Amino acid sequence: MSEPLLSVRDLSVSFDTRKGVVEAVRGVSFDLGREKLGIVGESGSGKSQTGRALLRLTPPPGRVSAKTMTFDGIDLLGAPDRQLRDLRGGRISMVMQDPKYSLNPVMTVGRQIREAYRAHTKVSKSGAKTKSLEMLEAVRIRDPERVYRAYPHEVSGGMGQRIMIAMMLITDPDLLIADEPTSALDVTVQLQVLAILDDLVSQRGMGLIFISHDLNLVASFCDRILVMYGGQVMEELVAAELHNAQHPYTRGLLECLPQVDSRDKDLPVLTRDPGWLL
Amino acid sequence: MIDIQNLNVVFGSGADRVHAVKNVSCRIAGGESFGLVGESGSGKSTVLRALCGLATGWDGEVTIDGEALEAGARRSDAFYKTVQMVFQDPYGSLHPRHTVNRILSEPIAIQGLDNPGSRIDEALQQVGLGEGFRFRFPHQLSGGQRQRVAIARALILKPKILLLDEPTSALDVSVQAEVLNLLMRLREELSLTFVLVSHDLAVVSHICDRIAVMRNGEVVEEVTADDLARGQPADRYTRQLLLASKGYDRAAIDQFEDFG
Amino acid sequence: MSDLASSSGSGLKAWLTSENPGSHLQASCSRAYYAWLDFAANRLALLGLIIVGLLIAVAAFAPLLATASPIAPDLTQRLLPPSADYWFGTDELGRDIYSRIVYGTRLTLYVVVLVAVIAAPVGLLVGTSAGYFGGWVDKILMRITDIFLAFPRLILALAFVAALGPGIENAIFAIAITSWPPYARIARAETLTIRRADYIAAIRLQGASSWRVIWGHVVPLCTSSIIVRVTLDMAGIILTAAGLGFLGLGAQPPLPEWGAMISSGRKFLLDQWWLASIPGIAIFIVSLGFNLLGDGLRDVLDPKSGD
Ligand SMILES: Nc1ncnc2c1ncn2[C@@H]1O[C@H](COP(=O)(O)OP(=O)(O)OP(=O)(O)O)[C@@H](O)[C@H]1O
Ligand SMILES: Nc1ncnc2c1ncn2[C@@H]1O[C@H](COP(=O)(O)OP(=O)(O)OP(=O)(O)O)[C@@H](O)[C@H]1O
Ligand SMILES: [Mg+2]
Ligand SMILES: [Mg+2]
Repeated sequence: MSEPLLSVRDLSVSFDTRKGVVEAVRGVSFDLGREKLGIVGESGSGKSQTGRALLRLTPPPGRVSAKTMTFDGIDLLGAPDRQLRDLRGGRISMVMQDPKYSLNPVMTVGRQIREAYRAHTKVSKSGAKTKSLEMLEAVRIRDPERVYRAYPHEVSGGMGQRIMIAMMLITDPDLLIADEPTSALDVTVQLQVLAILDDLVSQRGMGLIFISHDLNLVASFCDRILVMYGGQVMEELVAAELHNAQHPYTRGLLECLPQVDSRDKDLPVLTRDPGWLL
Repeated sequence: MIDIQNLNVVFGSGADRVHAVKNVSCRIAGGESFGLVGESGSGKSTVLRALCGLATGWDGEVTIDGEALEAGARRSDAFYKTVQMVFQDPYGSLHPRHTVNRILSEPIAIQGLDNPGSRIDEALQQVGLGEGFRFRFPHQLSGGQRQRVAIARALILKPKILLLDEPTSALDVSVQAEVLNLLMRLREELSLTFVLVSHDLAVVSHICDRIAVMRNGEVVEEVTADDLARGQPADRYTRQLLLASKGYDRAAIDQFEDFG
Repeated sequence: MSDLASSSGSGLKAWLTSENPGSHLQASCSRAYYAWLDFAANRLALLGLIIVGLLIAVAAFAPLLATASPIAPDLTQRLLPPSADYWFGTDELGRDIYSRIVYGTRLTLYVVVLVAVIAAPVGLLVGTSAGYFGGWVDKILMRITDIFLAFPRLILALAFVAALGPGIENAIFAIAITSWPPYARIARAETLTIRRADYIAAIRLQGASSWRVIWGHVVPLCTSSIIVRVTLDMAGIILTAAGLGFLGLGAQPPLPEWGAMISSGRKFLLDQWWLASIPGIAIFIVSLGFNLLGDGLRDVLDPKSGD
């Protein structure tokens, strides 16, 4: 593979809190080409903070440091704010974990998508509307016209997530960071939405970072997987090999998933070992 | 225990009219666990909200524990002691300025029950939270702990029926396992009736005996969990759901039908 | 309570920062303690708190601090410049301006507290009810609010005072009546998002009455933004009161109200600058104090950053 799209070395994120310093991400390194990289791990393992740090969206009082963090030759850590704002939502998009909190409750869904599009492309209002409706349709929303006019509280949780995805894809980004983008979708729609992302990766050469705690899904969807625990990468795996993972943490995560035929058994719960951290 | 006949729910009017639930009928026996799965936006949450009275604009015949319900009318106090609900988002279902103690004592005060202290202790113990959690605020709790508090709040009036709207979908897999184990244990101990909404077939079939599959406001099929485990649902949509729950497969997705 | 926290010994500190509070009191204190830490980290807010604290202290101990009577005239000592005897000079009736300023804090505080006590709860109640019930309740309440909002505050207050007659009580009443609408607006906007939250659904499912939901669940979440807004408005309220005083419609002579003092001092502005400037500076400092305090409170109390 030639020059990677995104290259991260020794990324750390820490928060100064009253109870001392919380190291949310410690020394994460990876490269991303035009492929699908999955990040999995339990809650609080630093997945979202890793994704946010890439776009410098770490909330205060967070501090980000890294040896290198480059996107297509641009130094993301040193880039001026202006350049970064243009990148965000333009060449790099991020679907945030909580669609409900990312949508403005007092603006119609359609207007929000339209504005997102017009912020990065010069189009007329009606052109933006047509494109927005197309995007809503592409993410399999049944009744795009109605949803276009609806306010965020009038759509179901799963629709909200698809609206966010539509909003983030409308600018044709080169890199998409998707933080649990499909956790509220039913399985069929989830796969159909993932298929859209997949096609963008294989046909347009988009890079995708897919954050999730659904190990089965990530194993079947992504090319490579980073398994995170306590802010560190426990292991990096080829996705197809996930079910043969040896690390006790990865095994533990796999075993606590219920199966369609696992009725009436207690599920094993994860046991954690601080010794796993370096 | 729960008998629903021809439940219809309509939101809005004119061009924005949504027929969210269409002619749904089902009968759930006491002590049973009934699952609702299906497409996102197919009206699963709306069915639960109509049952418990949070959605008012419905019609149909609904009888819960012998009490026939009326849309729009205020439910009786006995109703609140029969049916309780657990919500999807543990981050949004606890009042940010109330301590766990206040959250749990409020229902006791509303219903005028005696011995609030010991009831709260009991509820906390049931969901496996120690005494140390009693005076914490929600922001001092993790997602799984919050969901436990939400379950304790639902249990404190000793209901017979628990409506669960995606109780684990905001939780990570390890915490999901803990909460599912907790729910199974509570059902056993308190002989509760569950109505569980989820989009995760594995979760639903782990907990439920019978499962209704919803699409576009309608129930397309009712299957038993055993049939589902054997992989033999009759309806094409259900088969597609089952296939989809096996993981991502680009070729299979192109075969998916769009049931309009 | 907060001052107590800052001078804590280690035992108290441990009690306040405990992960497992043992009582409701401890949990609340611990929350207040953390809020206080946030607040105290903001220097300007602290300055605002000190100014407001001083205002209260001066008002409380006015008889001890004043060097002369604020209202008894002494025509032999008219229009004296600031000196060791009369720190801020004397006015056209020979009254000590320093003592008048000191007693004036009582009037300022009186106005501020009464307006807050009347306007904030009214706005809160109107706004939360409108937002929570929606429908025609909302329509009626918000139309009334709009009517009040349509007039500039000073003009409306003027109209009320003109109708009720001049005097400090009437001025307070007029200001209070004209200042609740923005609070109603804020409270309604917040209620609209709060009422859809799952925790409201949950409490309704437990049989809570609308009254209980509004009072116990919605209002506490709106109060913080109202408190912030009221604090920020204090400067405006003081100025309106001063304005009414200046126009002769507020506090009546010989009450040492700062606005009225400016008004009567303005005739002497060129030769005896201290008559009007000293109360002006006092108004400025107190307004600034409330503004800084409000800004600091906003950072701490803003519900969005609460957890
Ligand atoms: N503002 C903050 N202040 C202090 N600590 C924080 C802050 N934000 C995040 N953290 C900490 O950073 C760590 C990583 O959080 P992150 O959101 O990345 O987790 P995650 O892996 O995305 O979990 P989830 O699956 O729940 O989304 C957590 O331990 C969290 O407590
Ligand atoms: N308050 C409302 N006003 C208008 N339409 C609504 C309202 N609530 C729900 N709907 C509509 O009703 C339909 C069913 O929504 P519901 O929330 O029941 O879906 P769901 O099956 O729970 O989906 P999900 O799995 O995504 O949560 C959707 O089309 C939604 O847009
Ligand atoms: Mg996250
Ligand atoms: Mg739902």
